[in-house]
Amino acid sequence: MFLQQLVNGLTIGGIYALIAIGYSLVYGILRIVNFAHGDIFMMGSFFGLIISKASGLSFLVVAPIAMACTGMLGMLVERLAYRPLRGADSMSVLICAMGVSTLLANLAQLIFGTQTHLYSVGFQLRHFQFGSVSITNLQFIMVIITVVSLTILLAFVKKTKFGIAMRATSNNLTTAKMMGINTNIVISITFAIGSMLASGAGMMVGMYYDAVFPTMGFSYGIKAFAAAVLGGIGSLPGAMLGGLTIGVVESLGSAYLSSGYRNAFAFGIMIIVLILKPTGIMGKVVREKV
Amino acid sequence: MKLTSLWSTFRASRNFKWVVLAAIVISGSLLLLLPFITSNTYVLHIMISIGLYSVLALSLNLVTGFAGQLSFCHIAFYGIGAYTGALLMLRLNVSFWIAMFAGAFMAAIFGFLLGLPTLRLRGDYLAIVTLGFGEIVRLVFVNESWLTRGPLGLPGVPAPVLFGYRFSGRVPYYYLILVVFLITWFIMRRLTVSGIGLAMLSVKSDEIAAESVGIRPVKYKLMAFVISAAIAGWVGTFYASYIAFVSPDTFMYTDSITVLAMVILGGLGSLPGAVVGATVLTLIPELLRAINEYRMVLYGLLMIVMMIFRPDGFWGMRYRVKNAYKKTIRRVKDD
Repeated sequence: MFLQQLVNGLTIGGIYALIAIGYSLVYGILRIVNFAHGDIFMMGSFFGLIISKASGLSFLVVAPIAMACTGMLGMLVERLAYRPLRGADSMSVLICAMGVSTLLANLAQLIFGTQTHLYSVGFQLRHFQFGSVSITNLQFIMVIITVVSLTILLAFVKKTKFGIAMRATSNNLTTAKMMGINTNIVISITFAIGSMLASGAGMMVGMYYDAVFPTMGFSYGIKAFAAAVLGGIGSLPGAMLGGLTIGVVESLGSAYLSSGYRNAFAFGIMIIVLILKPTGIMGKVVREKV
Repeated sequence: MKLTSLWSTFRASRNFKWVVLAAIVISGSLLLLLPFITSNTYVLHIMISIGLYSVLALSLNLVTGFAGQLSFCHIAFYGIGAYTGALLMLRLNVSFWIAMFAGAFMAAIFGFLLGLPTLRLRGDYLAIVTLGFGEIVRLVFVNESWLTRGPLGLPGVPAPVLFGYRFSGRVPYYYLILVVFLITWFIMRRLTVSGIGLAMLSVKSDEIAAESVGIRPVKYKLMAFVISAAIAGWVGTFYASYIAFVSPDTFMYTDSITVLAMVILGGLGSLPGAVVGATVLTLIPELLRAINEYRMVLYGLLMIVMMIFRPDGFWGMRYRVKNAYKKTIRRVKDD
């Protein structure tokens, strides 16, 4: 029972980590909380579903297309809603982000309906028994995809020229611009990467629970943000660590304490972390100036 | 541009005071006599909704518009007030008038408990904590069935009784919300033109600078939070009694967004703005039934567009300050 919950928690924790990275990347560069990220995750999940239904192609083909669409959506959001507000006070940006989130969640309700959709993309579930723990092939795939994409991302940020440009922009936007980095493109691509990861997470969640619905972005969004905060916002390894922690705590909490409060555990952890150690496990202290 | 210059000329003219006075008297007496003018319950219901949302918008405005803290859990305080009031009236047969203040008190306590540790946080962290808090409150309403009957809600919340007269129909509720609104307006007006309001504004514009001149940001942020929560809880009990039913569905975070959209449309940091915002955003979905489905989409768009093109709303602080400044110039010239 305990091991089973642990495995389930780690699986869903990987998903939270994938979404949390989107928050962390954007926060690292622009110092804004992209509230719309949870809804981009939801849209990514829906893109996968509708493209697979419309085309009838194998999901291996559909997933990259859906991820590309979601990446484009992320860039669009950045271009239309956040870029005009660059340099505005943080409250305006936050309100705008909340506006984007509300807009996306409700547009999705208009387009797809408010009901829960089955995520039938023709995936064969197989169960493997390890002692008392049962693991599905989907869980294996999810863990592998999560680990692989996070490794690629880390290598991308650490090793490539574009990754260096991203880190420079994150360190100091103005200076990066003076060094000849096209910060607008860097920011656009950052949004695209975050959205693509969120889309991948969205499709895996859809398959894992066999359900997608337009308002799911809210709870996943907050939980992933909690993960980003727990690990230290702006830090990529932190986001992974935070995601796994949140996933495990939530899974164990809903199994042993109360399943009705499933969502509350993550929010509770986030509130406690913010109060006790706002920089998270791996975050840097940022001093504010007048 | 032309319109604004016309407005400032009008504002500086001798007649301005009288025109404003006349407008207040006329609209005031219209509001007072409305139930005698029309007995249409639908109109009265809309007026009551406008009153309710105006009070919510005014109280949220204190936190967001004056103290500069983004709160996404305003409706949670409203819900805490509604549930406290409803439970007291249903389970303990407490009188409505006491329940109303108990609701306000309970919401204030939660505002305090939430604010005490979290108001030290940066603005964006605070915003997300309020989002989480609002959701936790809703989950408590849903899950603690022994107390709240969970998703079924609490039906049959009793009507207020005043000197032996039991409230029935819309008219007494209309007058009650009018009184609640006027009290809220009075409190907000006194608060915001006083030193407290100025201190809050200074916290909003720069916390560290405010601290350096001896204003304690946490104190004023907490004060704004508690007062705003108390008023939301207060009107929450009114709502519970008016609808005679409370359920967790009424206190979703989208409702917090609705109230926030009202404040933003009217203009952060402006009392008339909050009322105008509440009126417009209550009327639009009622008048245009066809767009009711698109309501939240429109609110989302509205928040984006307003922040990009007019972050101070239609009656916001910047325009007020500009007008006051122009007025001063004028006076100096006259002398």
